[in-house]
Amino acid sequence: MSDINIKITDREGVTHEVVAPTDMSMNLMEIIRSYELAEEGTIGVCGGMAMCASCQVYVISDPGLEPMGDEEDAMLGEAFHVKENSRLGCQLHMAMDMEGLEVEIAPYP
Amino acid sequence: MITTDILIIGAGPTGLFAVFEAGLLKMKCHIIDALPQPGGQLAELYPKKPIFDIPGYPSVNAGELVDNLIEQIKQFQPGFTLGETAVSYTKVDDEWFEVITNKGTVHRCKAIAIAGGLGTFEPRKPTMENIADYEEKGLEYFVKEPEHFRNKKVVIAGGGDSALDWSVFLSNVASEVTLIHRRNEFRGALDSVEKVQELKNQGKIKLITPAEVTAIKGDGKVEAITVAVDGQDPYDIETDYYIPLFGLTPKLGEIGNWGLNIEKNAIVVNNALDYQTNISGIYAIGDINTYPGKLKLILCGFHEATLMCQSVYNRLNPGKKFVLKYTTVSGVDGFDGSRKEAEKAVVKKID
Repeated sequence: MSDINIKITDREGVTHEVVAPTDMSMNLMEIIRSYELAEEGTIGVCGGMAMCASCQVYVISDPGLEPMGDEEDAMLGEAFHVKENSRLGCQLHMAMDMEGLEVEIAPYP
Repeated sequence: MITTDILIIGAGPTGLFAVFEAGLLKMKCHIIDALPQPGGQLAELYPKKPIFDIPGYPSVNAGELVDNLIEQIKQFQPGFTLGETAVSYTKVDDEWFEVITNKGTVHRCKAIAIAGGLGTFEPRKPTMENIADYEEKGLEYFVKEPEHFRNKKVVIAGGGDSALDWSVFLSNVASEVTLIHRRNEFRGALDSVEKVQELKNQGKIKLITPAEVTAIKGDGKVEAITVAVDGQDPYDIETDYYIPLFGLTPKLGEIGNWGLNIEKNAIVVNNALDYQTNISGIYAIGDINTYPGKLKLILCGFHEATLMCQSVYNRLNPGKKFVLKYTTVSGVDGFDGSRKEAEKAVVKKID
């Protein structure tokens, strides 16, 4: 089994339990898009280059995410609605040890 | 008034390549784009990043692809209306459409190709209650006319390339430049960061980090801003201009009110035939359209642009015979009188 279960709360406050593959080199932004949990054009605007923060999420339950890279940190330094637990979905690559991840999609823009 | 055959809205890769395909069919194009330079996302967001899925290019930088496309379409002499946004369209008669921009520029054309990508890039505005009161009264989201700022006090906020580059540029124009950013680190090209450091050391730029502008003050125009430095009491800085440069965000904009079928922020087109919208003579190509199985890829945009041009040709020349030609066989005749063609094979006897 290469799937993990994660919980994503959309911008309307509805929580979705979704199954995410870890073997398709997908990131959290792409998982959100594939399940259409945020309107097209309001998520992954830059395509996943950590350049727009449209995929910002708040991490509610952290199973042990990889630390932030410089580009992600810098983008969050400029983004709006940033909190202590903000991350960019496009920089969170789906991996087996992310089982149980819970996030909330931040407002945009 | 500008007249053309195909009016293309959006100067990204798809819109640019459409000029080439139209040119092969002897149709002229004019392009409108909200940004001051052609290239769309490629030029605005990631000019120095590589793309790996352009057929025939194992790797090409986005900016280089734009330069190549411009070189490729040069002989078809496209017109450009840059820094303006298409606002409204009217059908003048059976033949002509009229499209007017936000600055009142009038374009007449026989077909419209919307190649708007993600939409019009609009500035991301800081969230402050009274922000609308100061817009264009000292609060600016773009530096359009640098002379405007001569001998004035300017506060710039942001941590990206545009905040850095304009701080550097305006330090020679304005009487005082203050750059405010939420972090100590900037995410710009290394040479821009170094230049700001140098100007800061010379006292030509005042740098305040990590800090945030929390309020704008003034009677009818910007007179001061309040800045909150981490761990200190907020204080006011007198200024004539406040320029927040927090990047651009794409919006479908006025085109959303044209009566086109819109689904998921994209324009629904007929992909079985020619990428025409529900309005006859208006097409949508590239990332801005949607149809079953749509993929937002540059290479798909090129394909869509090509089929769109064939359809417009048939629309403008009903019943006129035409067959697809290969550029290798027919060459390329530019509107500027230039001709590109394959070298003739040499027929020579071998003794």
